[in-house]
Amino acid sequence: MTAAVVRTMSAQREIEVRKLLARVPDPEIPVLSIVDLGIVREVRQEADGRMRVAITPTYSGCPATEVIRTLVRAALDAGGYADAILEEVLSPPWTSDWLTPAGREKLRAFGIAPPEGSATSPRQLLGSPAVSCPRCGSRATERVSEFGSTPCKAHYRCGACGEPFDYFKCL
Amino acid sequence: MRQAPDTAVEQARCRYVLRLADTSLVLGQRLGEWLGHAPALEEDLALANLSLDLIGQARLLLTYAGELEGRGRDEDALAFLRDAPEFLNLTLAEQPNGDFGHTIVRQWLIDAWQLEIYGALEHSADTRLAAIAAKALRETRYHYRFSSGWLVRLGDGTPESHGRVQSALDALWRFTAELFTPDEVDEHMSRAAIAPALTGLAPHWSARIDEALRAATLTRPPTQAYPWHGKRGVHSEHLGHLLGEMQHLQRTYPGARW
Repeated sequence: MTAAVVRTMSAQREIEVRKLLARVPDPEIPVLSIVDLGIVREVRQEADGRMRVAITPTYSGCPATEVIRTLVRAALDAGGYADAILEEVLSPPWTSDWLTPAGREKLRAFGIAPPEGSATSPRQLLGSPAVSCPRCGSRATERVSEFGSTPCKAHYRCGACGEPFDYFKCL
Repeated sequence: MRQAPDTAVEQARCRYVLRLADTSLVLGQRLGEWLGHAPALEEDLALANLSLDLIGQARLLLTYAGELEGRGRDEDALAFLRDAPEFLNLTLAEQPNGDFGHTIVRQWLIDAWQLEIYGALEHSADTRLAAIAAKALRETRYHYRFSSGWLVRLGDGTPESHGRVQSALDALWRFTAELFTPDEVDEHMSRAAIAPALTGLAPHWSARIDEALRAATLTRPPTQAYPWHGKRGVHSEHLGHLLGEMQHLQRTYPGARW
């Protein structure tokens, strides 16, 4: 085989593994895949032919991290990549900015407001931005609590339609 | 000839990481005591979330400390099988919860300290520590927004809430001298560019504290020169009781899992 053919095959395997990972749901927000969530940091083929997958935790204490590791391992095994190397990386730290545009829309459709603005914006230091209600779209919403049912969510209420909802924290 | 100073730095590094880990672990355990007892459901969730972040940070740091120590102890062995004199947390972190205002004051003082420490450690020559710090810093910013928000609401609230947080501040202030008093571990770390020089960070912490106190209409207590020595393993009487509860299961049923 020529070097070009080997490179093409390796690229195809990377695409295949990414497809497998795109079907692994986040255990706490199952409408999102771990790819939507932005926690798959690297997929590449090693010199020895094995695949390497790097994932990063969202929050240091997120209990879903261990479940995710198990689910990824199972998906790799089932997809024929039982010898793949699965590693956890901390740097650079995960940010909600890595949620994919498709992931943001899935969140909204599921009833969770996606993060507003960018986590690196200096405006974040000035407190919480206006959040749109995922049900009626109104921006007349108020924060009930900075913390919600999981580490990644805060709790809001809509003044227009009256519904309470979760907001995916911008962090 | 080169071996001796390196060993001293490596031992100091292990102790330094344990100090950070134990402060997060002990504070996380304290916050966990609020579960089901906070003044409102939202605050119950908030304190549990803070606790979860802190214990998550402690796990990363304890795992690293265990590797540095090189005696085969993992995060669980370090958390559950050490006695109080081996814990190197800040004395402030182990102080009992008191009322909600008391918990908020303790949290706010430590959040402000962690903001400075993690902010500086993000640039540590130790890349593993830098990665953990960068992760923890984002969470700490969020924690600080919560604790300083409540400090202002309670301090600038009713005469009752104002009085309670002022007396919490008066009671806890004596533990703050320890936060920025360096010892030989800190000095080894700052010389090796692994950790920041504490004396350089103190004014930043102090300015942040003063700004929040002004907004909360609270009075800063007079400086207390005596530093407690929790980070050297000399604790107040409260840590033993906390560990008694936290370690009970693993001490009684070693290796128990579920």
